[in-house]
Amino acid sequence: MTTHVLSLLVEDKPGLLTRVAGLFARRGFNIESLAVGVTEVPGLSRITVVVDVDELPLEQVTKQLNKLINVIKIVELDASTSVQREHMLVKVRADNQTRSNVIEVVNLFRANVVDYAPDALVIEITGDKGKVDAFLKAIEPFGIRELAQSGLLALGRGSKSITERVLRG
Amino acid sequence: MPSDTAPATPRPPASRQQPASAPVITGAEAVVRSLELLGVTDVFGLPGGAILPVYDPLMSAEKLRHILVRHEQGAGHAAEGYASASGKVGVAIATSGPGATNLVTAIADAYMDSVPLVAITGQVFSTLMGTDAFQEADIVGITMPITKHSFLVKRAEDIPGAIAAAYEIASTGRPGPVLVDITKDAQQAEAPFVWPPKIDLPGYRPVTKAHGKQIQAAAALMAQAKQPVLYVGGGVIRARAAEELKTLAEASGAPVVTTLMARGAFPDSHPQHLGMPGMHGSVPAVLALQEADLIVALGARFDDRVTGKAALFAPKAQVVHVDIDPAEISKIRTADVPIVGDLKDVLVDLDAALHAAGEKADIAEWWAYLRGLQEQYPLGYAPTTDGLLAPQYVIQRIGELTGPEGVYAAGVGQHQMWAAQFIKYERPNSWLNSGGAGTMGYSVPAAMGAKVAQPDRHVWAIDGDGCFQMTNQELATCAINKIPIKVAIINNSSLGMVRQWQTLFYDGRYSNTDLNTGHDTIRIPDFVKLAEAYGCLAIRVEKAEDVDAAIQTALETNDRPVVIDFVVSADAMVWPMVPQGVSNSYVQYARDHAPAFSEQED
Repeated sequence: MTTHVLSLLVEDKPGLLTRVAGLFARRGFNIESLAVGVTEVPGLSRITVVVDVDELPLEQVTKQLNKLINVIKIVELDASTSVQREHMLVKVRADNQTRSNVIEVVNLFRANVVDYAPDALVIEITGDKGKVDAFLKAIEPFGIRELAQSGLLALGRGSKSITERVLRG
Repeated sequence: MPSDTAPATPRPPASRQQPASAPVITGAEAVVRSLELLGVTDVFGLPGGAILPVYDPLMSAEKLRHILVRHEQGAGHAAEGYASASGKVGVAIATSGPGATNLVTAIADAYMDSVPLVAITGQVFSTLMGTDAFQEADIVGITMPITKHSFLVKRAEDIPGAIAAAYEIASTGRPGPVLVDITKDAQQAEAPFVWPPKIDLPGYRPVTKAHGKQIQAAAALMAQAKQPVLYVGGGVIRARAAEELKTLAEASGAPVVTTLMARGAFPDSHPQHLGMPGMHGSVPAVLALQEADLIVALGARFDDRVTGKAALFAPKAQVVHVDIDPAEISKIRTADVPIVGDLKDVLVDLDAALHAAGEKADIAEWWAYLRGLQEQYPLGYAPTTDGLLAPQYVIQRIGELTGPEGVYAAGVGQHQMWAAQFIKYERPNSWLNSGGAGTMGYSVPAAMGAKVAQPDRHVWAIDGDGCFQMTNQELATCAINKIPIKVAIINNSSLGMVRQWQTLFYDGRYSNTDLNTGHDTIRIPDFVKLAEAYGCLAIRVEKAEDVDAAIQTALETNDRPVVIDFVVSADAMVWPMVPQGVSNSYVQYARDHAPAFSEQED
């Protein structure tokens, strides 16, 4: 099985997310990550979904998603031709003895400290999956108290815009 | 920021600007008027609190006939039967909560069999939604997996647009059920009625015209094939493409098989027709698919009841797959030539391309093999072992005495298979059944709907004693509303198909399949008394010599519904049969010709 990133342009209608998620569940496809948000066009949302399926089932996923009336356009974003980012907030143990070591790791990964407490720091990091995973591995020995992660976000490289093409067509 | 961010110009949202003349009416009136303006003439439903406002203008509607059913499931199946018999959109109306959930089975059924259905349900006040209010159910959520689309309408001004969009979605592309759930406050509120409303569905663009290149490729394969088969599915009927199919079939000379959903899409009397394929298909039809070197699938979806074990299905065949739904293509079997389009157009294009393709391969040897199979394995049935009435005989006589202009709606089970096998279908939309979902209880309400759509035709419900007990309350609807359907209960006193499997695969241990309605039982209920109580003409037939007279009486009776209790042998079985989970090569002509079934997995 391989990981695929699908970018869905959808009408922002009530229940849309249920329709998409329900379809995945019903057809037995596993969602690895999901990110939903607005687009540059009012009334349209973008869903970025990461699925772990083989080529043929992926074709089924795409076709079934396309059948949802509120789904306007689906593109698969290849890692080499798109920018892909995850965002994570990590609460790490850090007291007077360890804080400077933690901050060293933060700097190495170009992450940011966004909250301070005498015994912990909240760190934000953005990057592709490899970078975020490597950061987690580096920070783990200090003690991770809590962690929150966004779904993957992705946009095709270059000047083309899916939305624009759809609205013109 | 990318340099070419020309300001994207979104489509304007559905315009709410009304011409000065738009009359201000209630949402409820808008429901009725929208349906009328869409050309809907008949709806089936049952009122309740949350849909009450709609029922008031419905009472005085001039162009819209509402038929009051006895159970909402009946409304759903009636709308399905109406749609399947006529090709028009069927409409069912129910109230919120249990009214809506009673529609669920029919909606699921319509989804599986691609029936154009618009279901309109009342919903509790928008202010009460989400509070577990009286008769509240999230019917949009419940039906999401079994509808083509659904709408929740909370404002009166959105009603015409939602109903028009629902109608559009239900009836175009691959047809299917669409739900419109309307809150009671939206029904009560007033809004200017604008018609036609703007239908804004940017994500809905069914492909109808196929790729020329793919058509050429398909025609080339058809011209070269030495063992071709046209595998015809229900899509041909939904696309109203029976004529176009006949032209193509005759141009190609290839054998034709029609699936359970496609019975009638190609005349049974046609010499190229091999019958129905699948678990209970004819031996020639099953083996034609299995041995083919080219399968041209036309509006068919390689259902497991057709393919048997899919991995072993038609191992030598290349596949041309034509469907209006791209998701059906290569879902089960990878298509060598995928064609997305409307069969009504594609079949014409294919025919033209086939003529242009020039010299065709000789398929005489293929036909010789198939004709041999036909001769060796004709469709038939053995006399019953207990000497009681043979169900196949009854069904065959109903078909012969009624003729191809009749409409036949079956329930689900043995009688359904026999009705698919032993009635000869010559025209599309004459055979209605629950193919994909396998809904017991479909028959009586579907026949009722069909009779409303086609009042001049004889409409038979070919039902089982099990199925009949699920929805026979609609006989009241039929009797009171002068919808004279004819019901043939093929009464084998049991859940026959389950019993057959128990005979074959469970050593004859008949766990919970006896219904006690037939020979030597207490006959609860007595179908004759039951039918009489519902105002029907009721006849009981137990002997072969009485079959014809009863059918004739039914055909001559048009002032009320007729119910014939054909009490038949419980031991008759449906043959041929491909046991579940094996290759179609193992098709068994009859039980004597069966290898050890016990090895097969269920």
